[in-house]
Amino acid sequence: MIYDFLLKLTGSEIAAGFIQSLLPLFVFILPFALIAVLLERKVSAHMQDRLGPMRVGYHGIFQTVADILKLMQKEDIVTDNSDKALFNIAPVLVFTGSYAAFAAIPFSGAFIGSNIDLGLFFIVAVSGLVVAGILMAGWASNNKYTLLGAMRSAAQVISYEIPTILVIITIVMITGTLNLYTLSELQTGHFWNWMIFGGPSTGLIKVAFIPFMIIGFVIIYISTLAEVNRTPFDIPEAESELVSGYHTEYSGMKFAMFFLAEYANMFAVSAIVAAVFFGGYQSPFGYLGNSLGISWFIPIEQFFWFTFKGIFFVLVQMWLRWTLPRLRVDQLMALCWKYLIPIAFVNLLIVGLITVL
Amino acid sequence: MPVKTEEMILNMGPQHPSTHGVLRLELLLEGEIIKGVKPHIGYLHRCFEKHAEAMTYPQVIPYVDRLDYLSSMYNEFGYVTAVEKLLGIEVPQRVEYIRVIMGELQRIASHLVAIGTYGADLGAFTPFLFAFRDREKILSLFEITCGARLLYNYIWIGGLSHDLHPDFVRLAREFIPYFRPKIKEMNDLLSYNKIFVERTANVGILPPETAINFGVSGPNLRGSGLKWDLRRNDPYSVYDKFDFNIPVGEGRMGTVGDCWDRYFVRILEMEESLKIIEQALDQLPEGDVTSAIPKRVKPPIGQVYARVENPRGELGYFIISDGSVNPFRVKVRAPSFISLSVMDELCRGHMIADVIAILGSIDIVLGEIDR
Amino acid sequence: MKTTEEIFNLLKEKFGESIIEFKTGVPVEDFIVVNPFEIDKVCTFLRDTDSYQFNNLMNLSGVDDANGKKITGEQGEVKLEGRTFSLFYHLESMSLKQKVTLAVRMPGENPEVSSVSEIWRSADWHEREAFDMFGIKFLNHPDLRRILMPYDWEAGYPLRKDYKNPEFYQGMKVPY
Repeated sequence: MIYDFLLKLTGSEIAAGFIQSLLPLFVFILPFALIAVLLERKVSAHMQDRLGPMRVGYHGIFQTVADILKLMQKEDIVTDNSDKALFNIAPVLVFTGSYAAFAAIPFSGAFIGSNIDLGLFFIVAVSGLVVAGILMAGWASNNKYTLLGAMRSAAQVISYEIPTILVIITIVMITGTLNLYTLSELQTGHFWNWMIFGGPSTGLIKVAFIPFMIIGFVIIYISTLAEVNRTPFDIPEAESELVSGYHTEYSGMKFAMFFLAEYANMFAVSAIVAAVFFGGYQSPFGYLGNSLGISWFIPIEQFFWFTFKGIFFVLVQMWLRWTLPRLRVDQLMALCWKYLIPIAFVNLLIVGLITVL
Repeated sequence: MPVKTEEMILNMGPQHPSTHGVLRLELLLEGEIIKGVKPHIGYLHRCFEKHAEAMTYPQVIPYVDRLDYLSSMYNEFGYVTAVEKLLGIEVPQRVEYIRVIMGELQRIASHLVAIGTYGADLGAFTPFLFAFRDREKILSLFEITCGARLLYNYIWIGGLSHDLHPDFVRLAREFIPYFRPKIKEMNDLLSYNKIFVERTANVGILPPETAINFGVSGPNLRGSGLKWDLRRNDPYSVYDKFDFNIPVGEGRMGTVGDCWDRYFVRILEMEESLKIIEQALDQLPEGDVTSAIPKRVKPPIGQVYARVENPRGELGYFIISDGSVNPFRVKVRAPSFISLSVMDELCRGHMIADVIAILGSIDIVLGEIDR
Repeated sequence: MKTTEEIFNLLKEKFGESIIEFKTGVPVEDFIVVNPFEIDKVCTFLRDTDSYQFNNLMNLSGVDDANGKKITGEQGEVKLEGRTFSLFYHLESMSLKQKVTLAVRMPGENPEVSSVSEIWRSADWHEREAFDMFGIKFLNHPDLRRILMPYDWEAGYPLRKDYKNPEFYQGMKVPY
């Protein structure tokens, strides 16, 4: 719908596609990052019997704005012995990688950055860019802490992509599509049509799916948590061990880009989990717009539900972060290779068998 | 071409988030595996022992506060014990009881910092703030007693600088039921957390023989399963009048003497300290706390080694007097100094992340190490 | 449990000349003075014999005895003659609950003593500290470096009574 509107406005398919893909960045990611940073600080503060930022604005609501202003004013330090080219490209690459994922995420029935058939596959692929960026950052900084952080990160992200993909394949086997828009449309209706409750299938098969879907959801949630380097899997930037891992040497706006990427990523993975298992932008109870007969209201409702679900999972991530300690590198790998991957495989097999039946 | 690995030297510190001060650890690494640890200390060296030689005996007390700044009360306690031994004076019972109460409150405060920062080292930030929230209550108790929150100069040779505040006993009694559930909360949040146990159990095992040979003392020694507490084994002050247990490491989550044991001994000790405070408050006698303070502290020629059970272990003062008003030599046997020397032994073969876990579990304070 | 005097008599029988004297009468501790080059053998004996079992070295501290005679040299420089350094070893047996204090005396010009770091590993850092502060050399010590002072501190040993602060350290003015 937005695409059609843009097409009419600009009269050029290329320009319309371009603007549409850029929209999530400006209407969503940047404001979201601002809010999420503040949210994280407030949530952690209230979990810990403190108040958090209180000075800038009412209860500190402008704290992140002040932080951004501070970061923009900061000197951009590039260490002498660093590999300058890589050092400068790395934050851009990391940010691009995490932002590009948003292009394929349907925010509502009317608005998807780019409605590509390989949506899920595309998201998994572009997150590979992030690893390259992190490795570059770690290597180019010419610092042992960053290098260790980057190596840990690369090992971690690549390992945890496997269970993520296995779970995604499970879903694809049931639905037969990689397109997130189609996937969301399949889960329309009420919440029992969500994939976590067996999806659009009916009867006994639907009931049989439920336990395996829940297992799949837990696996994908854990492994996406690890992919975005959040506690308890934040070993690449383990503050108390590696100072702050791969971005130790960065300052100013380049640091801000890593930071932004981290929060963008948090929402991206939450959005994927929501889209795959929890009906994406679909409302759990049907639409107000339908019952009132105002059809233009439906996309707005859908946008609300999508954001709601995404932010809910982001909040769960924060909750976990401020509760759990951090795993050690070998334990992290053991969790992935010894538990998540085999379980995901078995899950895949069983779901495959049920589908065949 | 054959693949060759190289050993790498990583300097952890002097500025590093989890070295608990200005400590530099030179790590010899093979990948992430530790081949050796060389601690470099002295960044906080303030020449305490040289200073002390130019001070009179009472003047040393404020300096003693600054050694182990997380347990200042106990440092004073140890110092005055040594000087009183040298002078051969008896102090009133009330003074002894107040000293014990302050010492045990300080032990809880110090253990809270140890536990909280340990959680923070391992990535759990919330227990850290919970611990500091509770420590704040203790610091407020100290504040109404002597006006200071960190460096007290409260325990004097032969007595105390002031008597207790009229509200102190009531507030201290209120603190005990407030704090007991908090220990449980800490256990639920951190001690039995699966990830925390995974990180600490079977890591940095310190067998009792090694611990003794290295002179390790206090909770670290008890974590290795040895029931050794100077409050019981070499009683000083009025500790023989209280009923309390000496918790030891039992290897509940792994091997006896691992990081988890050392950590958990501290949790259990807080409970025991509460018991002591409770009993001391009940038995607290009346009296004048300044009556035995000597006008002029001028010990006879001689020497003394006195030791107390500091929150970190055996805190010893070796004082030589030449008969003048200034000590001739003051040597501090700092428990953290000794504990830190075990690092190399504990860390070999572990990973970088474990260095943090081990360093946190032996609970050092650099102020005391560097003096 | 043995008193220091009994331990002295028993050690005297075993080691003869190496055990120099028994100091008593000063408050609060008695101690046994031992030959600095025999201290490691005495300590090994004290640790390993069943009736002593001194398994814990509580403390090891160097002391500048400040007993030298001041002699002004030809160029007006002041020298101390006949000064000595001491080391005190506070031993404890955790199993038998007995304590003893040993001491060694070393001449001021060339203070040397056998290291006991092989016997108690805790002595390692204590000895480094004594070296750092008094310049006492420990023979057979595995790693005798400065510990609290900077490694390149050239102005001498700070806890000696005749120590003077240097004016400059690495080009920085010291008494600020």
